[in-house]
Amino acid sequence: MQLLTPEGERVHHPDFDIDITAEQLRGLYRDMVLVRRFDREGNALQRQGQLGIWVPLLGQEAAQIGAGRALTDRDMAFPSYREHGVAWCRGVKPTDLLGIFRGTDHGTWDPYEHRFQLYVIVIGNQVLNATGYAMGQRFEGKVGDQDGEATMVFFGDGATSQGDVHEGCVWAAVYDAPVVFFCQNNQWAISEPTERQSRLPLYQRARGYGFPGIRVDGNDVLATLAVSRWALDQCRTGNGPVLIEAFTYRMDAHTTSDDPTRYRLADELEAWKLKDPIERVRVHLVKQQWADQAFFDEVQAESDELAAGFREFCVNMPDPPPGRIFSEVYADEHPVLAAQRDEFLDYLHGFADASTGAQGGEH
Amino acid sequence: MPVITYRQALRDTLRAELARDPSVFLMGEEIGVFEGSYKITAGLLDEFGERRVRDTPIAEEGFVGAAVGAAMLGLRPVVEIMTINFSLLALDQIVNHAAKIHGMFGGQCRVPMVIRTPGGGGQQLAATHSQNVELYYAFVPGLKVVAPSTPADARALLLAAIRDDDPVLFLENLALYNVKGEVDESAGPAEIGRAAVVRPGTDITLIGYSRMAAVAVEVAERLAAEDGVDAEVIDLRSLRPLDRRTIVESVRRTNCAVIAEDDWLTYGIGAEIAATLQEGAFDWLDAPVRRVAAAEVPLPYAKPLELAALPSAESLATAVRQTLDAVARRR
Repeated sequence: MQLLTPEGERVHHPDFDIDITAEQLRGLYRDMVLVRRFDREGNALQRQGQLGIWVPLLGQEAAQIGAGRALTDRDMAFPSYREHGVAWCRGVKPTDLLGIFRGTDHGTWDPYEHRFQLYVIVIGNQVLNATGYAMGQRFEGKVGDQDGEATMVFFGDGATSQGDVHEGCVWAAVYDAPVVFFCQNNQWAISEPTERQSRLPLYQRARGYGFPGIRVDGNDVLATLAVSRWALDQCRTGNGPVLIEAFTYRMDAHTTSDDPTRYRLADELEAWKLKDPIERVRVHLVKQQWADQAFFDEVQAESDELAAGFREFCVNMPDPPPGRIFSEVYADEHPVLAAQRDEFLDYLHGFADASTGAQGGEH
Repeated sequence: MPVITYRQALRDTLRAELARDPSVFLMGEEIGVFEGSYKITAGLLDEFGERRVRDTPIAEEGFVGAAVGAAMLGLRPVVEIMTINFSLLALDQIVNHAAKIHGMFGGQCRVPMVIRTPGGGGQQLAATHSQNVELYYAFVPGLKVVAPSTPADARALLLAAIRDDDPVLFLENLALYNVKGEVDESAGPAEIGRAAVVRPGTDITLIGYSRMAAVAVEVAERLAAEDGVDAEVIDLRSLRPLDRRTIVESVRRTNCAVIAEDDWLTYGIGAEIAATLQEGAFDWLDAPVRRVAAAEVPLPYAKPLELAALPSAESLATAVRQTLDAVARRR
């Protein structure tokens, strides 16, 4: 399913079309440019030793912005760990993402305020959590008409081999849970191509579970937006679940700990660069005379400013205090652990520099 | 004798066993084209082909279960689970199938398989990727669990594990992969279930396994130089079966012990060792057995907090000195 070709031509589809104004398309362009810009800054910060790890989204901006902008304030989203674009759409500040990548915090945003859960590192785990959440939405009667709620869960092609994803689909189907399974097929699970996960296109798996599955051009923000809106509407009106396979490409490494040149050919990346999600929108805006150079310059300047603020915030984040190790293990204070904490802090206070918790060494 | 890394010892041993026995094959995530997340299987796909070195879908329960089936038919699968944290996805196949089949099938069917997997923290991989959950497997009858701390033992125990007719969990450690040591390439397999006295001594017994066995040797050398203490160090090498005799005999000579473990304190491996000493050396002990373990929290990701939460040479040295002080007061 495609509504905007890589060459920036608008095409139409009998089932999934979309009316989009110049202003709305400029907004989607701005979203994608800003998200890409701070994503690149995250990569650079890791390379400079300021972050322990960064998980790049380069190339997946349209899939994430299309899905993220389809969600309403009532809906709940469950991310994996690469959903910086969805986080952006849910009003999570990019700097709020830094705590978990720099290691100063484990969860910086309020998942209920933003209707966007915390990042999950364990592969596929969040799919079952989202299914359970969506079952709750249905049991509480929040499903049935246009005012209903829905849940969208994000995972990758690699995760589709995990038992959790299979079981999530089984449960969601038999309980009519209002959940959109949003699979970003970026073609690579670290070094393993999608052929190592599935013999048939991933969206076709939905048929076996008994709900609709659809593949969308995940580098086409309009198509992703249209399909995501349709899927969420299906769910909120009581016709869920739905599987969306957003066919996209991870243009950078799996994480900053990975080196994709070891397992894939540069030609493949070059071919996907021609399908860049941002470029086709830029071309279309120009062709339609929906944006002038001043607009593009303004977005560029805004993105540079965002990145500078992101960097500034990152390098000034303080290390957490040593007592923090113990403070969130249980919801309430636990006497045995409190005793271990006190013993530990006493031990640290025996050192000349007890401020960071490090026992000598480089800190 | 050649000096090689722990990583190289594992790789050389896998290569030698693949060449020696056509029933040996490797399975795991990213082990072929990508050569493994920690590069243990580098070059093996090129040398032995896809039939013997298989990349699997991202499905731990699936590929461990497939390995159990292959082993039941007489092959000798060596499975790599990227880290021991991911082995939890395969817990049912390991605990309820691999460990039980021989017994529950009346001894008619053996499961000669190896699960290689690294544990350990200290690499800033955060709470779900830095655990030491070998205890879960050491608890289960039907499994064997080995945990080498040196390149020589990595080789000797891997040879033993591959040739063993029971399922063996082979514990590696992220912090040990680059450790170098002498390896005798003509030596045979180790005996699974035998601890090693890696540094004989008379004043106190330090007991560890995997990374903490290496730390214990370092601490013993330091205490010899700084305090004139002659510590004996025991590397358990095998967590199941556990070599109770070696640790009890040592403590009957030294009369005190400190246990070093990377896992959590409560119900940890050290608790079993302490109970063993209480049963076997109670009348010989001059001080309570101490344990040095990780803080009982999900391991922090922040580097300074992570280092603070893990046991270290410093925390072990402190515990040894406190134990020797208690012994001195008593004598």
